[in-house]
Amino acid sequence: MSDHEYTPKSKAGKWFNDRLPLLTLANHLTDYPTPKNLNYWWTFGGILTFCLITQIVTGLVLAMHYIAHADMAFESVEHIMRDVNYGWLIRYIHANGASMFFLAVYIHIFRSLFYGSYKSPREIIWIIGIIIYLLMMAAAFMGYVLPWGQMSFWGATVITNLFSAIPLVGEGVVTWLWGGYSVDNPTLTRFFTLHYLIPFLILGLVVLHIWALHVPGNNNPVGIDVKKPSKDTVPFHPYIVIKDGFALLMFMIVFAFFVFYAPNILGHADNYIEANPLVTPAHIVPEWYLLPFYAILRSVPDKLLGVVAMLSAILILAVLPWLDTSKIRSAVFRPLYKQFYWILVADVLILGYVGAMPAEGLYLLIARVATAYYFLHFLVILPVLGLKERTIPLPLSITEPVLGGSPNMAMAKKKESKIE
Amino acid sequence: MFCVSSAIVISAEKVEYLKTDWTFKGLFGKFDRASLQRGYQVYTEVCAACHSMKYLSYRNLSEKGGPEFSVAQAKAIAASFEVTDGPNADGEMFQRPGKLSDKFVMPYENVKAAEAANGGAYPPDMSVLVKARGGGVDYIYSLLQGYEEAPSGMILDDGVHYNKYMYGNKIKMSAPLSDEIIEYSDGTKASVEQMSKDVTTFLMWAAEPSLEARHQMGFKAIVYLIILTVLVYFSMKRIWSRVKSEV
Repeated sequence: MSDHEYTPKSKAGKWFNDRLPLLTLANHLTDYPTPKNLNYWWTFGGILTFCLITQIVTGLVLAMHYIAHADMAFESVEHIMRDVNYGWLIRYIHANGASMFFLAVYIHIFRSLFYGSYKSPREIIWIIGIIIYLLMMAAAFMGYVLPWGQMSFWGATVITNLFSAIPLVGEGVVTWLWGGYSVDNPTLTRFFTLHYLIPFLILGLVVLHIWALHVPGNNNPVGIDVKKPSKDTVPFHPYIVIKDGFALLMFMIVFAFFVFYAPNILGHADNYIEANPLVTPAHIVPEWYLLPFYAILRSVPDKLLGVVAMLSAILILAVLPWLDTSKIRSAVFRPLYKQFYWILVADVLILGYVGAMPAEGLYLLIARVATAYYFLHFLVILPVLGLKERTIPLPLSITEPVLGGSPNMAMAKKKESKIE
Repeated sequence: MFCVSSAIVISAEKVEYLKTDWTFKGLFGKFDRASLQRGYQVYTEVCAACHSMKYLSYRNLSEKGGPEFSVAQAKAIAASFEVTDGPNADGEMFQRPGKLSDKFVMPYENVKAAEAANGGAYPPDMSVLVKARGGGVDYIYSLLQGYEEAPSGMILDDGVHYNKYMYGNKIKMSAPLSDEIIEYSDGTKASVEQMSKDVTTFLMWAAEPSLEARHQMGFKAIVYLIILTVLVYFSMKRIWSRVKSEV
């Protein structure tokens, strides 16, 4: 969003651009003024785009060899692993790519929570993000069903059965979802279709997510509005492009480690046993990235309320911009919020841990306390905190500390470095 | 009248698996070729009586990164099995010697037949068995050596055996290995420990035939990424040096 009107230099470029302003768009994307104080937590947007494209490309290749049929799916996956050229590589990238995608999205979400990126005027960006996150979970869940192993089958059975909790029509809904009276071939084929569709929906939403971002521009670690373009900003290219690229490469090293040296560590051994409707695995557990919500689901004794709690845990995020009453965005200037933020991080990690454990005894108790705290954080702590908290005064601009520094910023910086 | 039966106490504590030095672990891990060939011998002479390996083909035996039998050897192995083919021009199924392109011949027609012959327990297909068990190779290696006398007080049904490493300690498979049960063609002493190690190595390859290629490519890919990361880091420093800020 530069001040000047962009005109292509060449005649042909001008002719084309007058009819379809793609060059204007490209110019906007490269010139896009970005706060220059963005830290590495801001590089995960680019990393996530990479993850999405990686999943789509590897997924397309897998779909060329995979057979969505209850009798052949498991075998076709082994065919990919053994007989398709570099099929093992493509499949391991896709399977571990899902985990990497979620790792990145969790960092991205928690960055937003720390720096208050969801607050006015960025509510729409945030809500689109939550929808993307929901779709990611749906895509990942259905993707996990496709190899038709034991966890695929029983995971699908457990999750689809949740819909039976809906009063009156529950049972009917479940039969409708299954396309029969149990998880079977019709379930597999429709999951495959949806698994293929959802990534493209996500892609569309990502475009909207970025579009909505480019209206107010990026938030930044200080959380104050930045005049654009000004000495506070740098053009997206080359400054942010190279920084995102550097962070992406670091991320790819971690990614490569999993793909090449521990490709099955994030999966469950039972999924290498072909689906068998007559044998239930000892513990049915979802993939690691869904565990906190699984813990919330199981911590409520009533089935319907458990489902409601699980869904609320995600949907509550959509109204977060209105639950958080504080006008200050960045946690750097909210000493109390910062503490509660880290408690929430710990709480979600604890939920993830107990989600992987059997729902009994001490684990169940911990899950209940952690679930209660999760909702307490959003419904009580955040609204009250925004009204009561004594915040640290904000600097006038993000350049201020760079050009000599204000006492506020110096203090904030010191605190920040401790976190990172 | 109440009859207090002696409760079977299943030890809930985690058992430590037996450890051995696997050559295929680590950044540069590769299979021990001789061990793979011996492992195939154990599989085909012992395990294959009950356990199928339906995702493997005889051609795999001569492929790079595997036991690497010569093509002639693999052909001979394939030909030693009778394969049902057909239907022929008369509409009849017929038997013929196996070819490299054939899948490993299964010991039973189907799962039901396998169950019927094994007291109701299906001997699992071994193609990806190592990846289908939580403890992986260490678990299989231990299980093969985990047969012991059942502790006193533990009642075992007919056809059920005690195994230290089996989940719940009860297993329907009788101890498959005993010293010198087979004679290794390369002269190695066929102790239970040796055979366990060889056959587990073979099963690891069967489950992950691309393991060596994966390790080799992984090393190259990561070294490449590290070099590129360093170059991009310095480019980034240079580009950002134009701006009064810190990266």
